[in-house]
Amino acid sequence: MVLRAVLACSCTPRLCDNLIAHGLGASSTAGENAGGGQALGKPGTRVYGSARYFGRRTIHTREPEYLVPPVNTWARIGRQVLTALRDTGRALVLLAEATSQVVFVFSRQNRNDTLHQMFQSGIKSLGVITVVALFTGMILALQTGLELRRYGQEAFIGSAVTISLLREMGPFMTGLIIAASVGSAIAAQMGTMVVSEEIAALEIMSINPVRFLVMPRLVALALMMPFLTLYTNAIGILGGAIVGFTQLDVTFIAYFDNCTRYAENKDLLVGLFKSFVFGVIVVIVACHQGFATTEGAIGVGRATRRTVIISFLTILTMGYFITRMFYR
Amino acid sequence: MIRFEKVHKKLGGRTVLDGVDFEIAPGETFFIVGTSGAGKSVSLKHMVRLLTPDSGRVWIGDDCVSEARGRLLEKIRTRFGVLFQGAALLNWMCAGDNVGLPLLERTNRPEEEIEALAREKLALVGLEAAYDKMPGELSGGMRKRVGLARAIITSPEIILYDEPTSGLDPVTSRAIDQLIDSLRRGLGVTSVVVTHDMHSALSIATRIAMLDAGRIVELGTPAEFIKSSNEKVQQFLEAQYITKRGAWEKAGTL
Repeated sequence: MVLRAVLACSCTPRLCDNLIAHGLGASSTAGENAGGGQALGKPGTRVYGSARYFGRRTIHTREPEYLVPPVNTWARIGRQVLTALRDTGRALVLLAEATSQVVFVFSRQNRNDTLHQMFQSGIKSLGVITVVALFTGMILALQTGLELRRYGQEAFIGSAVTISLLREMGPFMTGLIIAASVGSAIAAQMGTMVVSEEIAALEIMSINPVRFLVMPRLVALALMMPFLTLYTNAIGILGGAIVGFTQLDVTFIAYFDNCTRYAENKDLLVGLFKSFVFGVIVVIVACHQGFATTEGAIGVGRATRRTVIISFLTILTMGYFITRMFYR
Repeated sequence: MIRFEKVHKKLGGRTVLDGVDFEIAPGETFFIVGTSGAGKSVSLKHMVRLLTPDSGRVWIGDDCVSEARGRLLEKIRTRFGVLFQGAALLNWMCAGDNVGLPLLERTNRPEEEIEALAREKLALVGLEAAYDKMPGELSGGMRKRVGLARAIITSPEIILYDEPTSGLDPVTSRAIDQLIDSLRRGLGVTSVVVTHDMHSALSIATRIAMLDAGRIVELGTPAEFIKSSNEKVQQFLEAQYITKRGAWEKAGTL
């Protein structure tokens, strides 16, 4: 049902805009607002809300969105639900458009930018990932190790840490770090570009902003995320080994023997698939929020904050559904 | 070349354009003047469909840009060069790369040729030494001139200027004026300039339109404009120490 609503909102954007602008929470001054203020459904009228429809065929106008104040709480809730559905639909349209542009990744215009983005999102994130992964592995080892020691089974911390990292913690932690660091940076950059009319300048130069800005970031992060997750897993497992050796008297040989004994290839591959999906989520959410920026510096801040929150929530939700899909 | 037909536009409940109607002929240097918030930049944005009219139409040649979509809109936009108020340079590219960007993206020309053209255009705006400078290292006026070089590199038929001389010193402002004028005289480029600078308008415009509260209150050649009896026009001119019997007429500019 939710999917249907998302599709309806993204496939009929103007109707959805109208509902958001007028249909829900419209006060008596509705007629004075957005897009000429005609009432919804009035024949022959054209009402534009925020017409940010991405894509070669659809990105054509950058109308500011003016909404009348909602008349009551229900109207406010209704508007928020519709806005969320519309934004989800637009993000999916943006994903489809960016994916369709992937064929241009090796063009002379895009190859350097893609490599640059891989460096920015991948290599430059290694520092923070190292610290987070190391301590995540150490905490996991300590917590499970202390419990297992009560039963004399502390040697099994290797498998506990490895399986936790490969299946969930590795991709999850990497996704959150990248959402907070790279995602917020992308949203801020896109938002600033919108505010300073750089996106408008690109459109007028007939340069597709999705191909020029979104696609290289999408390819870069989708490729780098599995590598970063592999790195997170390795450092996390190493952190667990250090705690095992120093605090739980588990030798390195016993630890790594347990690591490989119970973990399966499937755990690793599903984890890497998750990280790939998380990378896509972060880029699309960040670019969508950045492109939707209005109201100058405040809007850029809002887009950045929303990017982090939405990415976190989507990563959590998608993480669950992917796990459910592969582990029944 | 450019035609506005009864264009209405409201933004945030406020009427910004209220039945604007005018036509710009090919090869004109058309100035739109008016106080802040009069609808000048909004008019400009309608010409490249960054905004869509609530009612009315905007024509570019035989194409209705206000209803164009997809490839037609792209085709119409390729006829334009735009100098934005804040120059809108991409901050991670050097000045030369910014100038060459439209050619790099839209053509298959070799990079060496694009670089040579970018250097040529930068020289035209007096910034030949700034090729490798990043936008952050340039002053506001220099950024604007780089933006101008980018707007003209594709040799567009129509160039839109949003406040081209604001923030520039008088000498550079007049140099920009001369450049706009030379593009008209030499290449027959149609220019639409939004400005508060009446000195520029009176010097190089072929026609001047004054917008006030979303309506055109005066439209004519510089000579007609300066002699207008419209109160708003006279107020606007006097605020810049320009009078009917002032230096403009004596100098024989008009």
